[in-house]
Amino acid sequence: MKKIATAVTLGAGVVVLAACAAMQSAPRDRALALMERDFHPVGIAGMDRLKEDAVTAACNKYNDNPPADVAKKLQAQQYAAIKWPADGKLMGDWKVGEKIAQRGRGMTWRDKPGKTSRGEDNGGGCYNCHQIGPDTDSFGTIGPSLYQFAKLRGYGADIQRYAYAKIYNAKAYSVCSQMPRFGHVDALEEDQIQDLVALLMDPKSPVNSR
Amino acid sequence: MRQALMLGVAAAIAAAAPWPQAMAQSEDPVAADFDKFRAIMEEANPAELFEAKGEQLWKTPGGPKKQSLEKCDLGLGPGVVKGAYVQMPRYFADVDRVMDAEARIVHCMVTLQGFELDKLDDKPFSSATKTPDPVSITTYVAAQSAGMKFAPSQSHPKEKEAYEVGKEIFFYRAGAYDFACASCHGLDGGKRIRTQPLPNFAKPETAASAVMGWPGYRMTGGVMHTLQWRLNDCFRQQRFPEPDYTSEMLSNLITYLTVNAQGQVYKGPGIKR
Repeated sequence: MKKIATAVTLGAGVVVLAACAAMQSAPRDRALALMERDFHPVGIAGMDRLKEDAVTAACNKYNDNPPADVAKKLQAQQYAAIKWPADGKLMGDWKVGEKIAQRGRGMTWRDKPGKTSRGEDNGGGCYNCHQIGPDTDSFGTIGPSLYQFAKLRGYGADIQRYAYAKIYNAKAYSVCSQMPRFGHVDALEEDQIQDLVALLMDPKSPVNSR
Repeated sequence: MRQALMLGVAAAIAAAAPWPQAMAQSEDPVAADFDKFRAIMEEANPAELFEAKGEQLWKTPGGPKKQSLEKCDLGLGPGVVKGAYVQMPRYFADVDRVMDAEARIVHCMVTLQGFELDKLDDKPFSSATKTPDPVSITTYVAAQSAGMKFAPSQSHPKEKEAYEVGKEIFFYRAGAYDFACASCHGLDGGKRIRTQPLPNFAKPETAASAVMGWPGYRMTGGVMHTLQWRLNDCFRQQRFPEPDYTSEMLSNLITYLTVNAQGQVYKGPGIKR
């Protein structure tokens, strides 16, 4: 009898939950169906780009604020998928890094794989969101200032690894960060990330020297 | 033509100097400078040229059926243009969906004038050499709502649904860079991309920025663009695939943005960076 009562209660609970889920997800289901129907692929921007992966699914589900255990697990998975440079070198040329940070093009339907529509390598678009070097006033403010990055944080190997990993996949540290996963999605090549790490970490880079 | 236009604009800027301080609306000094420039440009807005062309296209018989658009129902009855723009998007029973202004105008061009949708949506946006007719007509229709408050209808269940679906689309993160509309346009605190201010379109007090000034004469390239173009370019920069011109998906997103801005006074076709 008790079992039956439990089953009935559970059953009713499931019905209520299902009804709630249906109410909450109806606009989302409609939105997903409309997007699938009302977008078309152009060039490198295929319909697969409308799909969520584990990270965006969690961020969409929890309004960019997933429970701590969910976030922790996903961040660990993202970190584990980072491909580190085979030779262990994390720093490249800060002068090249500055150019990559200034350029924002790449990955749109007008662009080519790994290249912009103009035939340049993809940019990182870093200045769109961050203050970085002292000579650029037209920086965005969505992300934190990176001016004096290593001067403030230290020049050690651990900070270099942090900078490389953060650029490669910002979601390894903050799962719903607004920052793209530049290495993870092949927007930036290994040597480009090394150059960006140098922009932030080289003592001679104006980010730190001025 | 373009040269004459730009000379005229330059003259207007010279005539209007010194800049009235009251026109600067932004606290950000970089953005404030552009606000001043925009205010001066609006005194002699090239959008008026497209408005005049649009009026002619609306009233003159055209298309394979040799009909004008004066029987086009923009929601207030056949031929009623005044106030129609700020009351769209809205539900239209004849198509059983919500349509924004440009979607409705294109629909009328197809059904009343006999144009082929495939041709209208092949290259729907302005270029250096061509301004598509729906752009001019939308500019004309929008201008007839200048000075009126945004008041999109939310009485029909499909209008309410369009708002909720549009909201889902606005916050949906995906694409190569995990961006949603909200990644740039759902932030508080007066954030910028480079020097471009980013008002929060999800908040009523700043949502009007999403729909104000469109259709707009864009100084980058010197062309007239509509909200349909703006959303297309947003999705491009969002690294999504391309949205279908005048699709229900876009009308729903425009519903979300316009309802958030309801009660704000629409100033008419504007000037964009």
